[in-house]
Amino acid sequence: MTDFLNDWGLTAVTFVPLVGALVMMAVPAAEERLLKQLALLASLAAMAIGGLLMLDFDYGKAGSLQFAVDARWIEVINSRYILGLDGISLPLMALTLVVVPLCVIYSWDHIPEPGNPKAFFILMLILETGMVGTFVAQDLILFFVFFEVVLLPMFFMIGVWGGENRRYASIKFFLFTLFGSALMLLSFLALFFLSTDPATGESLRTFDMRVLSDVAGAGILNSTQVWIFAGMFIGFGVKVPMFPFHTWLPDAHTEAPTVGSVILAAILLKLGTYGFVRIAVPMLPDGAEAWAPWIGLLAVIGIIYGALACLAQTDMKRLIAFSSVAHMGFVMLGIATLTDFGINAAIFGMVAHGIITGMLFFLAGSVKERYHTLEIRRLGGMLVQAPRMGWILGFVSMASLGLPGLAGFWGEFPAILSAYSPAEGLPVETFRTYMVVAAVGTVLAAGYLLWLLQRTAMGAPKAEFADSEDVVDVTRTEWIAWVPLLVGIILFGLAPGLIFDVTDPAVVGLLVSGG
Amino acid sequence: MLGSVLTLAFERPAIDWHAVAPELTLLGFGALLTLVDIVWLERGRAVVSALASFGLLASMVPILTLAWDGADRSTFWGAYVIDDYALVMKAVFLLAGYVVVLLSTNYIAEGDYWENEYYQMLLSAVLGMVVMASARDLVTIFVALELLSIPAYLMATWRKRDLRSNEAGLKYYLMGVFASAVLLYGMSLLYGTTGSTMLTDIDAVVSGGGAPLAVVTLGVIFVVVGFGFKVSAFPFHTWAPDTYEGAPTPVTAFLSVASKAAGFVALLSLVFVGFWGRADVYQPLMWALAAASMFGGNLMALRQTNVVRLLAYSGVAQAGYMLAPLAVAGESLATADDALSAVVTYLAIYAAMNLGAFAVIIAVARRTASAEIGSYKGLFRYSPGLAVAMTIFLMALAGIPPLGGWYAKFEIVLALISPGTAWGVALGVIVAVNSVIALYYYARIASHMWVETPPESVDFDTTTPIKVPTSVTAALVLTGAATLAFGILPQWVGHFTDVSLVAALAG
Repeated sequence: MTDFLNDWGLTAVTFVPLVGALVMMAVPAAEERLLKQLALLASLAAMAIGGLLMLDFDYGKAGSLQFAVDARWIEVINSRYILGLDGISLPLMALTLVVVPLCVIYSWDHIPEPGNPKAFFILMLILETGMVGTFVAQDLILFFVFFEVVLLPMFFMIGVWGGENRRYASIKFFLFTLFGSALMLLSFLALFFLSTDPATGESLRTFDMRVLSDVAGAGILNSTQVWIFAGMFIGFGVKVPMFPFHTWLPDAHTEAPTVGSVILAAILLKLGTYGFVRIAVPMLPDGAEAWAPWIGLLAVIGIIYGALACLAQTDMKRLIAFSSVAHMGFVMLGIATLTDFGINAAIFGMVAHGIITGMLFFLAGSVKERYHTLEIRRLGGMLVQAPRMGWILGFVSMASLGLPGLAGFWGEFPAILSAYSPAEGLPVETFRTYMVVAAVGTVLAAGYLLWLLQRTAMGAPKAEFADSEDVVDVTRTEWIAWVPLLVGIILFGLAPGLIFDVTDPAVVGLLVSGG
Repeated sequence: MLGSVLTLAFERPAIDWHAVAPELTLLGFGALLTLVDIVWLERGRAVVSALASFGLLASMVPILTLAWDGADRSTFWGAYVIDDYALVMKAVFLLAGYVVVLLSTNYIAEGDYWENEYYQMLLSAVLGMVVMASARDLVTIFVALELLSIPAYLMATWRKRDLRSNEAGLKYYLMGVFASAVLLYGMSLLYGTTGSTMLTDIDAVVSGGGAPLAVVTLGVIFVVVGFGFKVSAFPFHTWAPDTYEGAPTPVTAFLSVASKAAGFVALLSLVFVGFWGRADVYQPLMWALAAASMFGGNLMALRQTNVVRLLAYSGVAQAGYMLAPLAVAGESLATADDALSAVVTYLAIYAAMNLGAFAVIIAVARRTASAEIGSYKGLFRYSPGLAVAMTIFLMALAGIPPLGGWYAKFEIVLALISPGTAWGVALGVIVAVNSVIALYYYARIASHMWVETPPESVDFDTTTPIKVPTSVTAALVLTGAATLAFGILPQWVGHFTDVSLVAALAG
């Protein structure tokens, strides 16, 4: 078993969903039940393999890559098929493997207009392959390919099953992210040509991420690093999304079908922050140091701007989308400190945001289904009409605003704290200012979330929905899809060490080699 | 006495029959087609397309044996060279030609057009391209160019009862002969100043500084402009949209892929063998042409409402991508190899994805009788297979991984960045920016097919799947498989396109 996992585990976990998608293509569209079962089976199989990998993972050596595969791929450009799992990849891979099956379950009786579950599930499985692959790829070109594989399925998910303005939103999403990744690819190529072996001074000409983080930009002039980092900054920053590249996000979220929003918020955004942690910061330490104050600045602008924008929203889904901008600001602030403390907080923040905001989008989808609107003004009294759902909304809002004891807290609080003492060489006063501003952001977050809760869950039901038969409490499929996430919120809130202990050795390892 | 004069006057060159076997096979099948036409008249129609495709595939056999043999060959006093580069390009031409036959079979037969002659023309055009891949001498290049162009002019007018097709052919013809004249003038300048038509001799004089700069510059400019028409680089692209739209669609596919590739092959031979040392002359020229083609092609494509015209402009932009590596090709021997490999890779992958896109256009037009983008609305609803295929080809053209086009663009950018010059990096950024612009119009078609609902007030059926003829299905499968394989396992194409024309200089 261990041999199998060592050689094939990561390949299997990445491509099992794709195999499932290929099998589904051969099944006629009329066999809806069979198609759903196949999709569930494929995503559960991937989760099972992921679970085995996590059981077999040597947590004592979370800092080193395990289950590494290194095979020939594109020899003419010296790019190889390298996969590996360490403490940074593991929580994010696990998040993906859990969220996708839950989305399949949720979609069981929630296929959005215009139907066609076959295509919907196939796209979801292709997405899963792209996301898992991105988190375990250890070669820049392989990473790039997986990073891009998610674009098309998401484009179609928004474009076909989205809301009224879906065409605009889907093309905007596609163009923004492609623009970022085109510049990112240029930066990867610059790294390829400029990285040198510090011992011999010879050009490395490799895309191997392990080697590139070990040499950590040796031989690349400081000024050049700043430029290369700029390319990655735009590439990953669009995906995160960081202010001012965030404008695609509210549109995409508002128009996307529920499951699309969940996957987008829970996982796709993390591809960007993961790129910063895994690639940009360790491979270009000097460039990162030059950019860190600016990243911190954009991060806190994002926190405040996102929160203020939330206060002005009239649409529940759009509000949650803007709250993502704010939350990802905390993650980016943690990364900008360039300390192991800050980056650990950032990774925790990614997982926590994935669970919590994913859950919020699930709720938004269910609200839309019951009330046929997400206009906050028209909602109200959910605690009366659907008390369990109202309570879940309250619980998740508390988690989202960073209530201690729930998962959201451990993403935000350490990130703010880490800004108190950023890495050596960074302007301390500037970061302490950021810290204060970010702290104000948490107050605003409490403001918009409580206000949302007050307007939607409390009070008496509005007249137009008072007698609506569509407003029912949480259904069985919803329970199945939601309970794991709710458990995760409590579990990681009470025992944050579950994640910190895994990420810490890997983060320290990355930063040490970079120093 | 007379006998000795005659033998002196004509010295028969030592011909390497194996080296020219692909050309001879093709020629043989062309002659066979003519015979079939003469002997069986109308009854021959049934077999001509099969015969033509068999001829194209049969010509692949000597290519494979030559590749197996592996040795570089040179015949006709060095004017005709068989090396890895020539073999790869010949294979691309023959396979592209084969796919075009698959696309033409139903189109030409059902349209009640001349069939025998059509396939004869097609074979002789492919013959010209195959010759072009080996041509290393100005006269051979020119003969090959005319051999591939003249049949193409005729093929563009094949729908002779349609005014647009006549216009297409006439425009193509006039622009083509004009380009030929410009090209010949440039060649005469190069010949005049170097005293030889052999590219290697020209290089020795030109790169050695043995020729006046002004004359060399003019010669290079005219030659490049001449081929600029053939590859439809901006601003010499003006014939392309009208010709593409008016010509029969399989012919358009042929022009946009094979004919463009042939122009590139000639350009590559000229640059890398003929005047590689004069980077100061051709690099700025290529830079400007590449940048103008990318921006010009992409910006004009944004406003198109007809898929074929859109692909014509996108083809202008694609020509820009392929010209780009030539703007840094002269930096070093290593860069020259990178640049050549990049262009050859691009040509091979471009052939697969563009032919695939035309295959879908032909299939859809059988139902809609239109190539307007609006007629693609809701295609996914009633013909999901074709919609998925079209999406794959369009996104490959846009360069989205894991579809073939990404690797083609990647190689281009790799070659541009490798020398580390500011001009190269700047062009790399331009390629990146243009990929994003291009995505918009490709995604717009995809969005029509997937997002919109089928149009209601049209005179065609939007409820049942479109029936695709077997030969077009075969073309779709071939090009689709190639597009996917090139993207997921780029080594397959990268292995073959890792070629060099300047290796001799390095030795």
